[in-house]
Amino acid sequence: MVVAPKRRVLPVLAWVVLLFLLLPCILVVPVSLTDTDYLAMPEQGLSLRWWHTLFASPEWMVALGQSLGIGLAATAIAVSAGTLCAIGCWRARNRWSALVRALILVPMIVPTVVYALGLFRVYAKVGLLDSFTGVILAHAALALPYPVLTVGAALTNFDPRLEQAARNLGASGWQVLRLVTLPNLKAGILSGAIFAFVVSWDELVVVLFIAGRRVHTLPRQIWSGIRENLDPTIAAVATLLIAVTLLALIPVLRGSRTAPKEA
Amino acid sequence: MALSAQQRPGLRAALWMLPAVLLLLITYFVPLLDVLTTSVTEPRPGLNNYAGLLTDTGAQRIILTTLRISLTATLIAVGLGYLVAYAMVTGSPRRRVVMFACVMVPFWISILVRTFAWILLLRTEGIVNNGLITLHLIDDPLDMLYSETGVLIGTVHYMVPIAAMTLYGQMEGIDQRLITAARGLGAGPVFAFRTVFLPLSLPGIAAASVLIFIGGIGYFIVPALLGGGKTLMLAEYIGLLITTTVNWGLGTALATVLVAIVLMLLFAVSRLVDIRRAFGST
Repeated sequence: MVVAPKRRVLPVLAWVVLLFLLLPCILVVPVSLTDTDYLAMPEQGLSLRWWHTLFASPEWMVALGQSLGIGLAATAIAVSAGTLCAIGCWRARNRWSALVRALILVPMIVPTVVYALGLFRVYAKVGLLDSFTGVILAHAALALPYPVLTVGAALTNFDPRLEQAARNLGASGWQVLRLVTLPNLKAGILSGAIFAFVVSWDELVVVLFIAGRRVHTLPRQIWSGIRENLDPTIAAVATLLIAVTLLALIPVLRGSRTAPKEA
Repeated sequence: MALSAQQRPGLRAALWMLPAVLLLLITYFVPLLDVLTTSVTEPRPGLNNYAGLLTDTGAQRIILTTLRISLTATLIAVGLGYLVAYAMVTGSPRRRVVMFACVMVPFWISILVRTFAWILLLRTEGIVNNGLITLHLIDDPLDMLYSETGVLIGTVHYMVPIAAMTLYGQMEGIDQRLITAARGLGAGPVFAFRTVFLPLSLPGIAAASVLIFIGGIGYFIVPALLGGGKTLMLAEYIGLLITTTVNWGLGTALATVLVAIVLMLLFAVSRLVDIRRAFGST
């Protein structure tokens, strides 16, 4: 690979790559507004027909609601456990905390299909197949690395003497956490929560394995939509999901611009 | 109790980690261990499933296809990601922010949405074929979907943002003044890049390659939707073994092989770079 680092050519090529990343996603938007009966760009004019179909469809609405509920519950678990864990690792700074931090990254590394196989077997034994509890717990485990990483990063900029000062002024352990530590970690907790939510909201492989009649999340509905009847409703859902992603990313991107970079 | 915990800060900190550790052990590591034990107990105890893999040409072909597609996609994605990361690291802060956003947005857009977008573009009556036919560049639509090409395009699309972020994270640590110094000593831009910047960015290239290759061999959704059952990759095949033929022994053995490959590669890359940093930057 020989790349000529010319001032002009290289950025242009980089923009071409970025266009390759963005264009397919952008194309979904006009297709969702198509006036045709099938998946295609609009021909005569724009139409909201498929958006109507989407919002009028009980299946899609149930799926949307389920994904929202599961996502929020999994996020709550992952963020509370993850934040406490990151603080614990930061306070301990010993061999054990290094081990815990390494173990927590494992769900990011092991292919989800492997986890899904094991989960199916274990859930079959304890009767959690096709249950919301089961999906929420699995998603919380998959999402856990993100708050641990983001809160851990926020802690590198947090001065431990603030905690000592609060203690010296008579604050209890709980007061230190609530009034000093957590407020200082707000940005890290927020981006951890966003990442955790997206992990659950977007998760398909585990759900495909452990869900039956009851659990029908949005990714599962999109999956069966793509495989069974490919119609423009899916383009409308896809557009909706892109909009949600953009909204969720605004605080994250703003944070990354202002947050001091680690050297 | 509070007093004794205060005297032992390590123990107290362990209590903070407890909820996360319990969640991970019970809902993650127990199932993972179950896969491993199933692979040596189903249908009967022993290493039969692994011995069977040695003669199973079907499974071997799928492993090879998986490795081939992941490797090709990794090389392309690292090349493209390098271009973006280099443009970011050498650009103005403004360009860096805009490019960063352009990388992060597709990264966080649902993989199902992105795969669906490629179906729209690549299918027989899709946007690319219609466009090419309207422009009279081709007469008959090209078969891009439900083939290895389709899987490759979708996989590369998924990998480029990860490659770009990992590479950027490493390149940020390279002192840009070294290039200036090389230029000042009379090196041309290409020469300065090849002899100074490229060697310094090699650890990043290695880390990014291994990380996205590891991810790639486990992809399920992209090959399942863009391969259309014709181009099977390992993760989808494992799924099929369980859902259609209910062959738990072979399925879990292949899953264990998949994890083993991933862990070996991860170990190799941990010798080269600090993995936690590479993950933190994605």
